[in-house]
Amino acid sequence: MSSLRLVLALGTAALMGIPLAAQHSFTPADIEDGGKLFRTNCVSCHGPEGTLVDGVDLGHGKFRHASTEEGVIRIIQEGIPGTAMPPNNFTDFQAGTILAYLRSVATSGRTALSNGDAARGKAIFEGKGGCAGCHRVYGAGSRVGPDLSDIGALRRVAEIELSLLDPNAEVLPQNRFYRVTTKSGEAITGRLLNEDSFSVQILDTKERLLSFQRTDLREAGFINESPMPSYRDKLSAAERADLITYLASLKGF
Amino acid sequence: MKQLVFSILGLITGTAWGQVSFDRILAAGNEPQNWLTYSGSTMSQRYTTLTQITPQNVKNLELQWMFQARSLEKFEATPLVVDGILYTVQAPNNVVALDAVTGRVFWTYPYVPEREARPCCGQVNRGLAILGDTLFMGTIDAHLVALDAKSGKPIWNVAVAKAEAGYALTHAPLVVKDKVIVGTAGGEYGIRGFIAAYDAKTGKEDWRFYTIPGKGEPGNDTWKGDSWKHGGASVWVTGSYDPALNLTYWGIGNPGPDWNGDERDGDNLYSDCVVALDPDTGKLKWYFQFTPHDTLDYDAVQVPVLADMQWQGQPRKVMLWANRNGFYYVLDRTSGKFLTGKPFSTVNWAKGLDEAGRPMKVNGMEPTVEGQQVYPGVQGATNWYSPSYSPRTGLFYIPTWDKYSSVFVKVPTEYTEGRRYVGTSPRSVVGLQGAAVNQRKEDEGYGAIRAIDPKTGEKKWEFKMLDVTDAGILTTATDLLFSGGREGYFYALDGRTGELLWKANVGGGVASGPISYAVNGRQYISVTAGNSLLVYALRQ
Repeated sequence: MSSLRLVLALGTAALMGIPLAAQHSFTPADIEDGGKLFRTNCVSCHGPEGTLVDGVDLGHGKFRHASTEEGVIRIIQEGIPGTAMPPNNFTDFQAGTILAYLRSVATSGRTALSNGDAARGKAIFEGKGGCAGCHRVYGAGSRVGPDLSDIGALRRVAEIELSLLDPNAEVLPQNRFYRVTTKSGEAITGRLLNEDSFSVQILDTKERLLSFQRTDLREAGFINESPMPSYRDKLSAAERADLITYLASLKGF
Repeated sequence: MKQLVFSILGLITGTAWGQVSFDRILAAGNEPQNWLTYSGSTMSQRYTTLTQITPQNVKNLELQWMFQARSLEKFEATPLVVDGILYTVQAPNNVVALDAVTGRVFWTYPYVPEREARPCCGQVNRGLAILGDTLFMGTIDAHLVALDAKSGKPIWNVAVAKAEAGYALTHAPLVVKDKVIVGTAGGEYGIRGFIAAYDAKTGKEDWRFYTIPGKGEPGNDTWKGDSWKHGGASVWVTGSYDPALNLTYWGIGNPGPDWNGDERDGDNLYSDCVVALDPDTGKLKWYFQFTPHDTLDYDAVQVPVLADMQWQGQPRKVMLWANRNGFYYVLDRTSGKFLTGKPFSTVNWAKGLDEAGRPMKVNGMEPTVEGQQVYPGVQGATNWYSPSYSPRTGLFYIPTWDKYSSVFVKVPTEYTEGRRYVGTSPRSVVGLQGAAVNQRKEDEGYGAIRAIDPKTGEKKWEFKMLDVTDAGILTTATDLLFSGGREGYFYALDGRTGELLWKANVGGGVASGPISYAVNGRQYISVTAGNSLLVYALRQ
């Protein structure tokens, strides 16, 4: 365990332009957690590789407003007044895991461009793959699953591929599937929009905005399994490459 | 299966069953459980046919839920209600979808306006429009945004005009057929106002009608020199639509500079007019000007209330209009012909209307360097606050400021893009923001709900308030009238007599028009007060 931490720390020190002494060690699980935080909170501005903001390359230690890891962590926590960078309610450790994740992205090299055919991928998305039955792109398709109109701007190709092969590997909190069971036994599933101590609001699989009082429900809670099937056996490798290329091309409106 | 469906229905308090087609909007009276447009229908009567709440039981109204906006701006939005979902706007431009029964939030859409936005009179928004599954909102930085009503995600966003030049959108858009119609605010910034229609699906501009005619167009000669280029004539309240005539009607704002007309001799068309446009092309069919060459800021930004009634023995399509200038008008909405008119409040700037409805102005009743006192004052005898027409009582109800004046002063002014272009500001004897403690004197004026006979303009009754009012009016098919005022009360009156039947201290000024809707057979009344939206229903 300690040797793994040492390897990680040394590997990142070689890449980073900031002092090694200030760095913590992180386990692979920590780094994975950092990735989740990054994808939930940072990716829409910084991009999946951490390179979208001009003059900033988060994975390679290139910053505009900080020169030490402590400085970066402070920026993550406090934001940068007068810019789009907001403050975040993260502990030092959490902010550190985000940095560690970005270093791991840089270490693993830039994402290779997917070599499929986007037009064929679009046809698979809308046809054989059945993706539009749950996902929406540019206003077409279902609203029940995550809207993928800008997925190419938010996720690395490797992450898109992982979601296709193993949909349960990572489900963001806002994308978790939810089920309510009424006292008379009817079960309704959908995407959880909001909940409180007394009520639940969901978008159900028929795309209805529904609101329930908990006193009318027998059960309410998340479904652990993603409703999305694995495409490991449903599509060939070539078809998956086409689909991934199409998804990676979706950069929003 | 049937049983299953019904038992689910019983539990579900918010249900989005179907898309809001334009046919549904036109036939809004067939589904009074919903509130599909700003004024309740394209006729803009702000009248509901729901009948559960009556003069006998209205005393049993109690608060069901409230939504506190995370905004200290005035809450001027009228919500939409579609099949149990209530959509509204938290100022300046955050859209919220709520369960209309419990007030719990389904989604919010945050919008950050450009810093260049500079609406004259508060970062306000008055509501949304809907067509299909798409909501439409104008923004204070002069954009028009389309949102998915189920997810709150943006579909398109177009710049209607330049925010840095003073343009803004504050009113709820109006959907006509497949188009979304909006007009531009900014009359205090020397804009050249316009109304434009956008393709609801794509956001592409289909037509634009300038509220000030360009060089060579009819009416341009009502402006001296180049004054038309910065003459204001803004639009900031939602228009109406008559499907039989295929005309859309919009009230136009004041000419600019507001209080100094020296450099804009002429009638200044189409400022202070109602214009009737072909919604397919934007072509002007007719116009009627209430206040030619206005120097008192008497915007004609009232909701055009359309009614069909017997007029001197014949059925007639009319338009009822209580104007900011203190006069009440009836127009034939087919042709724009003036039918009748008379003051509904204290007026000293004109001694009456001539046969064509043109005011006979009193000399000297305009801004001077020293200051001139004029009735009504700068906020008008009424303003943008929604009036109501009840086809049952046959009465027209007006939120009124009476015995109210301002001292109007003028100074020279020059146009600079993005700067205020008003020619000074009137000294008002009524504070514009209201106050927790009211110590105004009687001669400073008062607010009232005034009921008039729409055929004659004759006052039938009046409900007086000590303070003035920014509240709109809702009437019901049980002859109830709901309104409020700056004093922070929301109340119900008998629509036939004006008798107070119920009131609630809502802790803040009411600055929007109430609405009514129903879910699962229960009738609700919604209103905004202070920074909150409140929903009432009968005690169960």
